[in-house]
Amino acid sequence: MATTTLAKPALRPKGSPAVAPNRPAKMPLSRILATVVVSVLAVGWLVPFAWATVTALKTETDAASTPISWIPASGFTLEAFAKVLQSGNIPTWTLNSLFTSAAITAITLVISASVAYAISRIDFRGKRMLMGVIVASIIIPPPVLIIPLFQQMQSLDLIDTYWALILPQVIHSPMVFVLKKFFDQIPRELEEAALMDGAGRLRIFTTIVLPLSRPILAAVAIFVFIGAWNNFLWPFIATNESSLLTLPVGLQTIKSAYGIQYAQNMASALLAALPLIVVFLFFQRQIIRGVATTGLAGT
Amino acid sequence: MSTATTPASAGKSSRSRRNDIPAPAAKSSRSRRDDIHGWAFSAPFLVFFLAFLVWPMISGAIMSLTGKSLTGANSGFIGLANYTEAFADSDMWRSLGNTLYFTLISTVPLVVIALALAALVNMGLPAQWLWRLSFFSPYLLASTVVSLFFAWMYNPELGLFNDLLAKLGIPPVAWLNDPSVAMWAVVIATVWWTVGFNFLLYLAALQNIPQQHYEAASLDGAGGWRQFFSISLPQLGPTTVMIVILQILASLKVFDQIYQMTEGGPGGATRSIVQYIFEAGFTGYRLGYSAAISYVFFGLILLIALAQVFTTRKRSA
Repeated sequence: MATTTLAKPALRPKGSPAVAPNRPAKMPLSRILATVVVSVLAVGWLVPFAWATVTALKTETDAASTPISWIPASGFTLEAFAKVLQSGNIPTWTLNSLFTSAAITAITLVISASVAYAISRIDFRGKRMLMGVIVASIIIPPPVLIIPLFQQMQSLDLIDTYWALILPQVIHSPMVFVLKKFFDQIPRELEEAALMDGAGRLRIFTTIVLPLSRPILAAVAIFVFIGAWNNFLWPFIATNESSLLTLPVGLQTIKSAYGIQYAQNMASALLAALPLIVVFLFFQRQIIRGVATTGLAGT
Repeated sequence: MSTATTPASAGKSSRSRRNDIPAPAAKSSRSRRDDIHGWAFSAPFLVFFLAFLVWPMISGAIMSLTGKSLTGANSGFIGLANYTEAFADSDMWRSLGNTLYFTLISTVPLVVIALALAALVNMGLPAQWLWRLSFFSPYLLASTVVSLFFAWMYNPELGLFNDLLAKLGIPPVAWLNDPSVAMWAVVIATVWWTVGFNFLLYLAALQNIPQQHYEAASLDGAGGWRQFFSISLPQLGPTTVMIVILQILASLKVFDQIYQMTEGGPGGATRSIVQYIFEAGFTGYRLGYSAAISYVFFGLILLIALAQVFTTRKRSA
């Protein structure tokens, strides 16, 4: 299956050793076949997007008429999008998602990087135990916590606030592990020189270690942001008020409110999908590398 | 938090692991400073960790021993009554069974299809970015978006799936309303949604296999299939173990897409254990009972994790 003449590997970071130079293809037929198979699958993979888009561009009457058709009888229209944007809360929900996901990502990065730095670099008592507890906590599935967390947020009177959305979502134990492993690889000499010069730990951390760790910080940020942006269960429990909902939860309420308005349902879904898809188109390389480096650390 | 956990006896020089500083006095002050710095850097994480992970685990365990309701009534201890009730609760067992069924029939395609796609794309196809874009982009969608897309395609009269079946001369299927089909319909949506993640992990792993292996094999006359099965597949072993474990743990937590597409129906045929926890607490108002089921679920996850530790130890031994 794998031929001897691999094209340039997509995930190989820039500047890494080049692969063996391409030789004339030995089995062009197998590669042509693979391209055909993958193309067919890729087109199939895009069908749900395409069908949602076509539906969203129909009038409600066309969307609900049989036999179903890719080209609507009364032409394409932006009616559904306009209606959804006028009457719905989608812009508000998008802002809520943006704000809470950004806050979750920022807090996660700060607290995870600093504890990872301590574990990687500082010899303090109880460090091994701390690391052990953090690693062990990876096994706790978030759904197990929803009942006590709800109770806790209720008794703190935080249900239906941004706090309830943000605070419980900033513990990402696997990411502490990922960061610690990266910090371990940074040469100690860089810091020891600064230590000799009398620089404090905090200064070394912020001016030497963090700038050197940009790739891994970006990877962790991407992973945490996508997770927070799409999280459903906890925000669904923690918020009821329409003006506080995040996009995924808001969409769930739209579905029941609009009922059989198929074009508007699809327009809403596409508007909700748009931000991350656009981000992906721009930062494809970083996102894919980020997933590849953090993915196996666990979710 | 940090002051509470920083030992007052930080001055004990014997504990210092650093031996690059000669004088004992300097050693002890360095070690004490390291203790303070270490816990200070850990403190922010620890505060959140204790407040939103450790404490809920403890309070959930306590709650599971009470008859607490959502309104706060009946918070007295009732011992293990919730657990004995749970183990005799046929709905709980059914939800657990549904969850294991979903885990089985979703994990297999999510691993096998991901590997097949990665192997195909890694054959040196042109336009690498296009394939990654196609297969990975659904992963960036919220579960609600995926559910809206698929519920629409599963629509009995207006859906694409039945339209396709009709063109092939196959009678229509009640995708989400037929108890024997609904779980498979959920799995199809799930595979479309998340297979791109495993695909990326496999692609990265394939590209980390040294080229020399393939070159040596092709000098020995091994063909493409032969190379895949005797080089790629064995080299992917550790990655596969990790992907399978992570996939099983992720599938066991299934809730979103099932709740959104079928609400656990028809007739409880797709209700997962997480949905049962959710409903016992928020529809049935029984927080105590719901907390007990959460712990039964956690017990299951722990068992699987222990099995994993056991099997990976055996492998490395």
